[in-house]
Amino acid sequence: MEMTRVRKRSIHLSKLYSLACFRPTPTDEHAQIGQKGYSRVVYCNEPDCQEQIRLNYRGNYVSTTKYTAVNFIPKSLFEQFRRVANIYFLVAACVSFSPLAPYSAPSLLVPLIVVIGATMAKEGVEDWRRRLQDVEANNRKVEVYDKRSCSFRESKWKNLRVGDLVKVHKDEYFPADILLLSSSYEDGVCYVDTMNLDGETNLKLKHALEVTSSLHDAEMLKEFRAVIKCEDPNEHLYSFVGTLHYDCQQYPLALQQILLRDSKLKNTDYIYGVVIFTGHDTKVMQNATDPPSKRTRIERRMDKIVYVLFSTLILVSFIGSLFFGIETKKDISGANYRRWYLRSDKTTVFYDPRRASLSGFFHFLTGLMLYGYLIPISLYVSIEIVKVLQSIFINQDRAMYDEETDRPAHARTSNLNEELGQVSTILSDKTGTLTCNSMEFVKCSIAGTAYGRGMTEVEIALARKRGERLPEPMPIDDVDSGTSVKGFNFRDERIMNGQWVKEPHSDVIQKFFRVLATCHTAVPEKTESGEIVYEAESPDEAAFVIAAKEVGFQFFVRNQTSIKLHELDLVSGKSVERVYKLLHVLEFSSARKRMSVIVRNPENQLLLLAKGADSVIFERLAKHGRAFEAQTKEHIDRYSEAGLRTLAIAYRELDDDDEYRLWEEEFMKAKTYLTADQDVLVDELADRIERDLILLGATAVEDKLQKGVPDCIDKLAKARIRIWVLTGDKKGTAINIGYACSLLRHGMKQIVITLESPEIEALEKRGDKEATAKASLASVAQQICDGKSQVARELLTGEPPAEFGLIIDGKSLTFALDKSLVNRFMDLAMDCATVICCRSSPKQKALVTRQVKSVTSKTTLAIGDGANDVGMLQEADIGVGISGVEGMQAVMASDFSIGQFRFLERLLLVHGHWCYRRIAMMICYFFYKNITFGFTLFWFEAYASFSGQPAYNDWYMSCYNVFFTSLPVIALGVFDQDVSARLCLKHPLLYQEGVQDILFNWLRILGWMFNGVLSSIIIFFLTTNSITGQAFRRDGQVADYAVLGVTMYTCVVWAVNCQMALSINYFTWIQHLFIWGSIALWYIFLMVYGSLPPTLSTTAYKVLVEACAPSVLYWITTLLVVISTLLPLFSYRAFQIRFRPMEHDRIQILRSEGLEQEHDTAQRLSESPESPETRISSDLISIRIDNLRASPRRKNS
Amino acid sequence: MTDTDQERDRNKETAFYKFTQQTLPACKPVLTPAWVITIFLFTGCIFIPVGLVTLRASRSVVEIVDRYDAECVPEPFRIDKVSYVQDDSIPKNCSRFLKVHKYMKAPIYIYYQLDNYYQNHRRYVKSRSDQQLLHGRKYHGTSSCQPVEFNNDHAIVPCGLVAWSLFNDTFKFIRERAELKVNRKNIAWKSDRDHKFGKKVYPYNFQNGTLIGGGKLNPRIPLSDQEDLIVWMRISALPSFRKLYGRIEEDLDVDDVVVVHLMNNYNTYSFSGKKKLVLSTSSWLGGKNDFLGLAYVFVGSSSLILALVFMLLHLRYRR
Repeated sequence: MEMTRVRKRSIHLSKLYSLACFRPTPTDEHAQIGQKGYSRVVYCNEPDCQEQIRLNYRGNYVSTTKYTAVNFIPKSLFEQFRRVANIYFLVAACVSFSPLAPYSAPSLLVPLIVVIGATMAKEGVEDWRRRLQDVEANNRKVEVYDKRSCSFRESKWKNLRVGDLVKVHKDEYFPADILLLSSSYEDGVCYVDTMNLDGETNLKLKHALEVTSSLHDAEMLKEFRAVIKCEDPNEHLYSFVGTLHYDCQQYPLALQQILLRDSKLKNTDYIYGVVIFTGHDTKVMQNATDPPSKRTRIERRMDKIVYVLFSTLILVSFIGSLFFGIETKKDISGANYRRWYLRSDKTTVFYDPRRASLSGFFHFLTGLMLYGYLIPISLYVSIEIVKVLQSIFINQDRAMYDEETDRPAHARTSNLNEELGQVSTILSDKTGTLTCNSMEFVKCSIAGTAYGRGMTEVEIALARKRGERLPEPMPIDDVDSGTSVKGFNFRDERIMNGQWVKEPHSDVIQKFFRVLATCHTAVPEKTESGEIVYEAESPDEAAFVIAAKEVGFQFFVRNQTSIKLHELDLVSGKSVERVYKLLHVLEFSSARKRMSVIVRNPENQLLLLAKGADSVIFERLAKHGRAFEAQTKEHIDRYSEAGLRTLAIAYRELDDDDEYRLWEEEFMKAKTYLTADQDVLVDELADRIERDLILLGATAVEDKLQKGVPDCIDKLAKARIRIWVLTGDKKGTAINIGYACSLLRHGMKQIVITLESPEIEALEKRGDKEATAKASLASVAQQICDGKSQVARELLTGEPPAEFGLIIDGKSLTFALDKSLVNRFMDLAMDCATVICCRSSPKQKALVTRQVKSVTSKTTLAIGDGANDVGMLQEADIGVGISGVEGMQAVMASDFSIGQFRFLERLLLVHGHWCYRRIAMMICYFFYKNITFGFTLFWFEAYASFSGQPAYNDWYMSCYNVFFTSLPVIALGVFDQDVSARLCLKHPLLYQEGVQDILFNWLRILGWMFNGVLSSIIIFFLTTNSITGQAFRRDGQVADYAVLGVTMYTCVVWAVNCQMALSINYFTWIQHLFIWGSIALWYIFLMVYGSLPPTLSTTAYKVLVEACAPSVLYWITTLLVVISTLLPLFSYRAFQIRFRPMEHDRIQILRSEGLEQEHDTAQRLSESPESPETRISSDLISIRIDNLRASPRRKNS
Repeated sequence: MTDTDQERDRNKETAFYKFTQQTLPACKPVLTPAWVITIFLFTGCIFIPVGLVTLRASRSVVEIVDRYDAECVPEPFRIDKVSYVQDDSIPKNCSRFLKVHKYMKAPIYIYYQLDNYYQNHRRYVKSRSDQQLLHGRKYHGTSSCQPVEFNNDHAIVPCGLVAWSLFNDTFKFIRERAELKVNRKNIAWKSDRDHKFGKKVYPYNFQNGTLIGGGKLNPRIPLSDQEDLIVWMRISALPSFRKLYGRIEEDLDVDDVVVVHLMNNYNTYSFSGKKKLVLSTSSWLGGKNDFLGLAYVFVGSSSLILALVFMLLHLRYRR
């Protein structure tokens, strides 16, 4: 019952798409079926038959996890030990069981296990999440046809087999790749949302074969038998080759009949289909490839530092073993044993004076383990933990949360955080990235009169450029925000609220909006609240229908034969329903550049309503239809100058005579042709009727700039980040958009490289490709040269030198990227603050990105939102995806995703800067603390005849990296802020610290290392000289090995933690807790460990309680040593901040002097980045910019 | 304002919100010139007095150091001191005269000091068995004691190089013909006596090998009471070290002459190590060592100088 009712209501939408209606024709590829690559055979509705089982295709169980329960341990261990540092520790752990080890095996193994375990746990948790997703997907329900009961039964996705017949309901995902048999529509069409696949949001029409579209009820399906022969599983989303063998006939299959997994059924109640590809054979799974793994600059340098440390380790061990060998050799001279207490006569190979060099070699291995503390074992895992936490902060940031789309910023990979702070070039897409990609109807020209009072952002910017005072400074989107309708931003009191009837050409206006309301392929849908929303193929089209609705021509019902509008009746002044009989739709195509419909209106007039590109429409106008041509043309020009997309609107009254009938007959016939030239024929026929049009006017739709884009770009430019925009727009539009979003600024000089010169066009026309290419290359080279000399001249004469903007079109770009020119071109481009590449293809985008990356050898960031940006995003060091209207494709390929372009400012200037600083400081500090520790061991060795006896108890040492120093360093990496978010945004120049990498250059790294060596010297020599030799307590006891170890260790723990406190500028309770807590933890550890039985605690037994704590000397030595280790760094910092301050020091000083307001809620921050205070200190900024500008140049000269 | 709005506002105030937005209240110290100068001056003002007090304490300690290893070898044997010290047939008696140059208040600590003696050599340090020291012969896993583990297939208690090389010079102190009372009890750490050395563990098979290292032990006294051994087995930190020998519990006056009768048994000649006898009083800080006090004064004055330099430069180069 239910089903039949639905059936009656269903509309034959396919008729609307009469031109799009696609009947697969056999292609060359179909001939290959059955051969290699095209060997798949599916027995429809017979998954149990012998033949199908013999083929043994994979089930529909999907697993995207990296590990399984069985291979997790070995595989993740293997992954861990691919790191060179970890291999070292593994080898050390193995050797630690031999007598070579300077300390007990467990004390070495435990930290290694902790570190490896933590990383593995992280891997495990990530994989577990993936697994949960898999389980969810595998256990989704789908209805599968059961032949025995002749009905559909629910089954889990994972149990689906090839050949199964399934029924998928509205808004459900397809469980596998399915051949569409029939749908709830009689003609077997269905609508599919492929958002998850390619990110496109518009609905796609799929079409069943005619022979199968009649299979509707369960009884009929019982008898259904067919065999599908098709291609093997592959990753091509946009092709499918196969044949259906049914009723002794062969039918070619194409993508039109295939419903892909992960796409969604829309606007269709249900479909029937046969499963062709399951599980990992599906196209979407075949498509899933690991994104290229990116490593950051800092990490790469860190590897080098680790190598430096390895060399130090080897050197130190070598020195140690050399001395050890010499000392050992001296132990026997003739029959005399020198150090008799070592019993050189009864010895092992590790200490044999007779084989001193061999002993020396073994001792070298011991040394490698002993000084292994130079290599920070926990560095990698700490960095990973820190980065994950950093990305959580990025994800949590409310100021980067887009309320409209409910999308927070999302760090999809956590390992590029600090690279965000080093971006020197941004490459940006335009549509959807700088603009919203939601079209808004803003202006129109009807009967030669321009309507629409709003100013577009481009217009505002252009006016600003000309220096005009703006009548209305408020951007248009802020006005009437309460009543704003998405897609409609048209304000004109002459038209709105029914006022249009009073206009002189009200009849034309009426016709104009009728065309907008009827000439489209949108489908209305009533929401629960009774509002009407439209599902349209493109946002432009939706904007037209919405505009018509807002003016009073509400399109509300579409069925297979008619379109219904609510219209204002001019006579009665009331809203009445008008029905237009829909006769034909002549579809839009990029070749035709127009679309039209043929309708019969209630007055029984036959009308052809058309809209299209101005060039196309104007050439088809009737003689009497050109009344407003001149004005309209002028308006269209003005609109496109203002960055708007324009379409011309026209109509034609058709005579209901034989001529039309004849045409209709031919047209219907052409549509049913099954030959390849059907399209051509149909086009020809459409062309025949689309003529003698009468011009009504033109529309202008704005692709609005996203909120805050100009401000954001302004800030980024102030941070001296180069911005490249790669767009498909025309040059004029691109330049105008450039002004609108402040890419091109007042006082900036433009260099334009183009091939639009008459000579080249002439050559092109002649068709001599070689000559054209040659001339083009020469022309581009010449223009680059000119540009370069212009820049050089400006640098000499300009006071201050002006900035440059480079505009290049796609064709010139091809030549500019030629091998012979690319260096010169990039050289020029690097001198320009802004580069706009117009008319560039996706491939060029990726190519440009690669060139910029390789030429500058600095960090590049690509930002985009569409599938065409994927190449660029993956090529750049950092890919940022905008999770906008165009879907998820770009986001999937990106490293970070944000909801709006303007969040990029905060992502880079705040999070990027912080993360860069944090990671840089953290790594430097890590090396510092390990060098300090490692070298105290070495100095002690010098006093233990390099025998390999560590200065400290085994467990002190193994706890060093894990307990006493790890938490503060993680706190540094996660929480430290040199300046607050607000000041980061206010002083964009601070960002240059990252770009110039001044916090992580070799000088700084070596400085920290030197500081480490210095600290270790101070610690060792001050401690030994202070407490050993004499009694160290009142009761005459002397400090022994255990006491010296504890004292030195105490000093080390204090020193490294205090150095941390000295080098960070941001103390919340977390920092206090971690830093002072770590020191306290050491004393607690010592007490607990010391109270264990002496066989366990060995030298630590009661060492604090009994020996050290009662000794005043112990405490005052600690004080002396700690202050002495801090003094060098403190003095350096004090003098450096006062006399050679870095950018962040300057800002901190300004803040501390009360020149900067610190406290500001994050909320206000996101709302208004520009505050009055900015202007006050803007002169300060400009001075600093000059300073900075001067410095790199000095370097160059 | 709706409920949800209010709730959101309230949430914003919570610490967790501030935490996630990285806007926790924080202390943000900046090294302004004022702070720098204050800190330098403060450090100087603390360190110099502390250094002076420490120096005073160190100076108040009276210390007599007497190197005896060279002179306690009779003239004829000085060419080959090693064979002298290894020859059991030659008596090792030796007398030293120590003149007290300053009043020494009891307790006066007696130390022996060895130089160039690597007690911290890894081979040496490892060669002991804490378990055996505590449990005696019951404990068998004494492989760490190599090469002094067994003798004639019997376990050695205490085993290992450390015990084997026990220091065995002895000292007797005589002032004006009366023997000074030397307290040789409680010279080891209490925890060592109570918990590291067994009360029922007696030396066994000790120094019975062909090669005899250092001192012998009375097999009838349990290890926990063999304080010389306990002190010796507490490994020294550096190759030059003092170990407590005992305490003289009588004051020594200025110009007192203490005669030391010592047995110069211990061989330091083969590795040219020095042997010294040290008599020292103690202050609240311990023994005599000017280093700490000087270091304090040095660091303190450096920071005063830095403060001065900083101040001058700061005034010279005004912003």
